[in-house]
Amino acid sequence: MTRTPLRPLARILSARAAGENPDVIERENLRARHEVIREKSRNRAEGRLLFMGLAFFMAFTVIGARMGLLAASEPMEPRSAAPGATIVAQRGDITDRNGRVLATNLVTHALYAQPKDMVDPGKVARELAAIFPDLKEDDLKRRLTDGRSFMWIKKKLSPEQMQKVHEIGDPGLLFGPREMRLYPNGRLAAHVLGGASFGAEGVHSAEVIGTAGIEKFMDDRLRDPAKAAEPLQLSIDLTVQATVTEVLDAGMKMMNAKGAAAILMDVHTGEVISLVSLPDFDPNDRPAPLLEGDPGDSPLFNRAVQGVYELGSTFKIFAVAQALDLGLVNPDTMVDADAPMVWGKYRIKEFKNHNYGPLLSVTDVIAKSSNVGTARIALMIGGLRQQAFLKSLGIFEATPVELVEARGARPLVPAKWPDIVTITASYGHGVSASPLHLAAAYAAIANGGTAVKPTLLHHTTPVVGTRLMQEKVAHQAVLMMREVVTRGTASYANIPGYAIAGKTGTADKPKPGGGYYKDKVVNTFASTFPAHDPKYVLIVTLDEPVDTSSSEPRRTAGYTVVPVAAEAVRRTAPLLGLRPEIEVPGQNALTAVVQKKN
Amino acid sequence: MRTLAYLLTFLAVIGSGFWAYTENYATQQTLKDVARVNAEIADLREALSIQRAEWAYLNRPDRLRELSTINFDRLGLLPMEPEQFGATSQVSYPASPAAALPEITEPVDVIGEQDQAP
Repeated sequence: MTRTPLRPLARILSARAAGENPDVIERENLRARHEVIREKSRNRAEGRLLFMGLAFFMAFTVIGARMGLLAASEPMEPRSAAPGATIVAQRGDITDRNGRVLATNLVTHALYAQPKDMVDPGKVARELAAIFPDLKEDDLKRRLTDGRSFMWIKKKLSPEQMQKVHEIGDPGLLFGPREMRLYPNGRLAAHVLGGASFGAEGVHSAEVIGTAGIEKFMDDRLRDPAKAAEPLQLSIDLTVQATVTEVLDAGMKMMNAKGAAAILMDVHTGEVISLVSLPDFDPNDRPAPLLEGDPGDSPLFNRAVQGVYELGSTFKIFAVAQALDLGLVNPDTMVDADAPMVWGKYRIKEFKNHNYGPLLSVTDVIAKSSNVGTARIALMIGGLRQQAFLKSLGIFEATPVELVEARGARPLVPAKWPDIVTITASYGHGVSASPLHLAAAYAAIANGGTAVKPTLLHHTTPVVGTRLMQEKVAHQAVLMMREVVTRGTASYANIPGYAIAGKTGTADKPKPGGGYYKDKVVNTFASTFPAHDPKYVLIVTLDEPVDTSSSEPRRTAGYTVVPVAAEAVRRTAPLLGLRPEIEVPGQNALTAVVQKKN
Repeated sequence: MRTLAYLLTFLAVIGSGFWAYTENYATQQTLKDVARVNAEIADLREALSIQRAEWAYLNRPDRLRELSTINFDRLGLLPMEPEQFGATSQVSYPASPAAALPEITEPVDVIGEQDQAP
């Protein structure tokens, strides 16, 4: 661009010649030049605005388009981040101590309907009622046609049922995948496992939650995705559990009992090897709880854990063991056992008004199950120390076992503890506890005097509890219980091969209104084997048994529950890997000397 | 010179474009494969868990007891009992190989010398 001079000489000269002011020309030219400059800068500014506008427009268009795309498209997981191990199942398996499956998951389908898409509700209702006998045609038809847009029909389908529903071929019938809990062993260990049901349900999946037993107690652990791959290993041994159930079921029927319970426990670790309560149920199809009547009669009731009974003479060994531990007596001390014993307004009598006295050795008090002898020993100990000892055995608290029912089963203990309670508690009256409490307390005596915490989880490491009594005392107590079997009330438990040591207990059942039934008893046999080196404790309880094999009905533990327990030991001990042995004879002068030398 | 540089750049652009194209499709194919394999793993796991459940169901103690009762004639299975335990001393030894050696009729006395320690 050629630059126009502000004062072009030719025009200035001609203007001067014409007598005009040459500054006018200069101003004119300056104005023209400014106009050009202004025009140029305005164009540039406009261009910039346009550019900025375009840039913003494009940016917003891109963002808007992306947002629209995100909103309109199906969400989906990033595919490139390959997951390592996808979650196998939403709930962990449960196995026994040897890894045999007790509870697992099975993929199945739930059936639901969208009546709005249904072609012929009447036909669908008819055909569904034919496939599922529990559905009513009229009811189904009414619900399918009342205008709702969604309804569940069945929570679980078998593959055969699913195929039949497919064959109805109605577009309004749809399937949702489900994981259902399966207990392949059926009724076995039903009370331990409890059961599971669906929690929050959706079309694509449903929560599986535990409803009872260990399924509920360990619900968080079983649902933890981090631990879903490793099964929860219980201390239960499936084979032993099946054997104990078989023996107990036969025993219950033979002794005309209405219920039975058995617990087999490892005395060193407190692991429950077998826990049976009869009658039982199928956890795959858990029955509804009883709405009326005694909940204790429901098959759901776990007698071994929830059944809080007066366990009778089985408690006698606690008083004797404590007296031995305190040094008040030794096994040969003679105590007063002259029946009946009068204490205030109470008369303490023996079974069938026998009198084993006037004097009885402590061993014979246990062997003959003398109420009076035990009462005298308990009075020597005193109420406070007796309470403290029973508490340390865990008899006053709910058991810490991993079952949700155990928390609610608190033993019934008198609030006040006068001397008469000291007396009755020593032979197991007035204090109620569950068979599991008894198992833990007996295990503490059998393992040499250390406390045992009952558990249903498999331990691989040894557990050492606090010491409750001297080892020598615990050994003496077991030897006394061995006397019960060899020459006392539990002679039916004297089986070849395994030395059982145990104590019988017969308790009258309390009436709901107060007082006791004359012809209803709870019989218990608490035993440990092998007697010279106890490894297991077996508690067997029969509810209202009666032995009708002789002329008059017999209801004492020695005739009813002891043979059942003996058979259980005979069958389970080989399975537990215990060799049958010839009983080790008691020490005589010669063997005692030989042992000392060694 | 400049033309050559332009030409090379152009070829590089075309080349990298082609490379990106093939990589893109290879990646997508791999992702599809991974998804397919994952689905297969999930299916196999499901099948495995069903097999495990069936194994447990078929081996439940009730059924085994019934089967052993039904097949008692052939198998003769009884519950394990204490009498079935034996002691190793009850197992008879095989005939000793010494019995098979010829009898020594002419014994020879041997008097050895003890080695002297150096």
